[in-house]
Amino acid sequence: MTTTTHAPFVREPGGVSRSHGTSSADFARVLGGTTSESSEAVTLAGATPLVPAHPAEPTGTQRLTFAKALNLGLRRALADDDKVLLMGEDIGRLGGVFRVTDGLLAEFGEDRVVDTPLAESGIVGTAIGLALRGYRPVVEIQFDGFVFPAFDQITTQLAKMHYRSRGRLSLPVVIRIPYGGAIGAIEHHSESPEVLFAHTAGLRVVSPSNPAEAYAMIQQAVASPDPVIFFEPKGRYWDKADVDLDTVTLAPHGAAPTGLDRARIARPGTDVTVVAYGPTVTTALKAADAAAAEGTSLEVIDLRSVSPLDTETIAASVRRTGRCIVVHEAPVVHGTGAEVAARITEECFYHLQAPVLRVGGFHAPYPVAKIEHDYLPGLDRLLDAVQRSLAF
Amino acid sequence: MSQTGTPADAPRTAVSTAPQSPAATPGGPAAAPVPTTDGRAAAHSSSGPLSDGGLVQLLTPDGERVAHPEYDRYVAHLSDEDLRQMLRDMVLVRRFDTEATALQRQGELALFAQSLGQEAAQVGSGRALRPQDHVFPSYREHGVAHVRGLELTDLLRLFRGVDHGGWDPTSHGFHLYTLVIGSHTLHATGYAMGVQRDGAVGTGDPERDTAVIAYFGDGATAQGDVSESLVFAGVNQAPLVLFCQNNQWAISEPTTRQARVPLAARAPGFGIPAVRVDGNDVLASYAVTAQALERARTGGGPTFVEAFTYRMGAHTTSDDPTRYRAAEQEALWRRRDPIDRLRTYLVARGALPDEFVASLTAEADALGEHVRTQVRAMGRPSAASMFEHVYATPHATVEAERAWFESYESSFLDRAEGSPR
Ligand SMILES: Cc1ncc(C[n+]2csc(CCOP(=O)(O)OP(=O)(O)O)c2C)c(N)n1
Ligand SMILES: [Mg+2]
Repeated sequence: MTTTTHAPFVREPGGVSRSHGTSSADFARVLGGTTSESSEAVTLAGATPLVPAHPAEPTGTQRLTFAKALNLGLRRALADDDKVLLMGEDIGRLGGVFRVTDGLLAEFGEDRVVDTPLAESGIVGTAIGLALRGYRPVVEIQFDGFVFPAFDQITTQLAKMHYRSRGRLSLPVVIRIPYGGAIGAIEHHSESPEVLFAHTAGLRVVSPSNPAEAYAMIQQAVASPDPVIFFEPKGRYWDKADVDLDTVTLAPHGAAPTGLDRARIARPGTDVTVVAYGPTVTTALKAADAAAAEGTSLEVIDLRSVSPLDTETIAASVRRTGRCIVVHEAPVVHGTGAEVAARITEECFYHLQAPVLRVGGFHAPYPVAKIEHDYLPGLDRLLDAVQRSLAF
Repeated sequence: MSQTGTPADAPRTAVSTAPQSPAATPGGPAAAPVPTTDGRAAAHSSSGPLSDGGLVQLLTPDGERVAHPEYDRYVAHLSDEDLRQMLRDMVLVRRFDTEATALQRQGELALFAQSLGQEAAQVGSGRALRPQDHVFPSYREHGVAHVRGLELTDLLRLFRGVDHGGWDPTSHGFHLYTLVIGSHTLHATGYAMGVQRDGAVGTGDPERDTAVIAYFGDGATAQGDVSESLVFAGVNQAPLVLFCQNNQWAISEPTTRQARVPLAARAPGFGIPAVRVDGNDVLASYAVTAQALERARTGGGPTFVEAFTYRMGAHTTSDDPTRYRAAEQEALWRRRDPIDRLRTYLVARGALPDEFVASLTAEADALGEHVRTQVRAMGRPSAASMFEHVYATPHATVEAERAWFESYESSFLDRAEGSPR
């Protein structure tokens, strides 16, 4: 088993720690906000300012962190449609505890970037009202564990209003939730509650896995006429990648979201299909590297959407590989993996050479930080499942 | 507390309920102006939630004792020795705070939330409690924990990431910290409803009559749960003190984001009497809490206490307040340090002997050393401990997963010939 170093720092309300994949420069920036990077205006040659007071429109391909990619995606959504507004705790002056909304208050003003009272039910409930009045609210929930005061509004109201009104009302509300663990945090700051929402009809539930996906998907989510629960893998906020800022294809408002409900093949392979989303896509890609070194070819599917599930893409892959493993941080019991396993068994029964295996969290509250890496599905547990699958 | 010794309630100035201090933080944080499209003004006015109007005060920021017609009697029995003990509590808790913050910086703690600046509100209110009373804290009530006799280092088990709780809530009448804002105010209300049903209210027996106190912040007052606890406590006349520490900030949001009136002004609408107190005044905090607890124990129902104070430090070790508040505001409140206030008062009375100061310094140093050693020795729970106490009785899913996990772990041990991971 690879040595697991336990991240000695966490973020909690107010910042981020050194953890997997977080450089100490990131750490200093997030904790201190003292380096210039956090307030750095992104300027590019040839960019045209929207209005003279606005910073230059970011374009081209840039190397961005996941958090910055979200920031620019939100910025673009705000710039493109003046009905879009952001709401949440500490998202204004502070720029959010993860700085995802950094600089947006200064650029768009406090009617569009709203530091709300500390009340999640209130935030989501008023977002629903704003949506009924024609706005497109994007709500930030500070941490996964704090969405529950809003659970009633989300499941009994937000999810059902379109249905109850026989389509007369639409609720284009996005609820952004930083989720997942591996950051050495205290209780309620590392959970993966996505299936609680996926189980509710009327909500789209998605999770990007890398900066480019984050940039595109947040804009697609804002454009969606349906409510979208947008899970952001907080352990990946400081991962960096090239992001093409010019290629988001958005359907016109009111149309079905473009691509938001489609899975993508993150890495083609032939022996085993590994289905992942959010934080575990990177784990799966690392597993694919490790397996390749031993002569096994993994195909990694980035689900992107938990509800709906893109069964077609998964089934097509499993028909080729004959084997399937699902990996997520959330507990496996009654989880996304269970749903994928059932679907794949139904769709590809005669192609399967092994049962669909699940790798994920356990049926226990998210444990204390010192042992979270024993709880989380890491590289080793995934590779173990690959071996078990191949052994059938 | 001791009933003997020199009375500490000898007023030097005329009766005054008016604050002696300059108006608090008029402009809010001096950050860059942001565009706004309408005239909604922040409620920084003299009637807003950051005003210091109507605060009960017994010690001015300069350490002068001012008389109060209603509250003097609640501190009349306190001796100089009692006050020195309060000073001692505050000094020790601040040392604990400093030490824990340093340990976090060294990577020994995952996170820490300081009580810095709120010691008087916490120690004053905590010292008014009786052993049978029950406390529901939020997460920075280290001062209350200390006066309840908790081993302070146990609080750090949570912040080190080795425990989600860390102590036995029943043995000190001090519930676990609650990180989900406001939830525990309802638990406190329900607990108080249980106290009523037990007949432990209004018997006249000082060892039996019981009160419950819930601590929460200014930000928490916006949560539905907190409003609901006001509803339930009011309707049931529960023996409860709702103790709100308005430290003026909920992470980066000033209290003006949560309310347009002083937080205490909300309670009367729920049928609950309220009082605003200078939370940097340990005597006044003691007095108003003593009154509220007495009301609760005698069957007079709940009270809302708003202790107006200031979060002198960052929200947590992960926070950077320079992003959202002005250095001048911090400097202003540093001059109103709750510990300095009591110290000045005691010195002026000639009630702070050098030997006391010297031994307190030594005690604080020893506490610092103790905290460092204890924290470093906390170790790491076993991985399989994550399956413990999920349920009180066996649960097939947990047992199956635990069995799988243990065999999985041991397969690595075998393959690696016993070398631990
Ligand atoms: C339900 C919920 N939402 C959000 C958070 C994140 N959070 C932690 S502390 C905090 C601010 C709390 O402010 P306040 O109630 O004034 O207490 P203070 O920290 O000032 O003592 C927030 C928003 C949380 N812990 N719980
Ligand atoms: Mg506060």
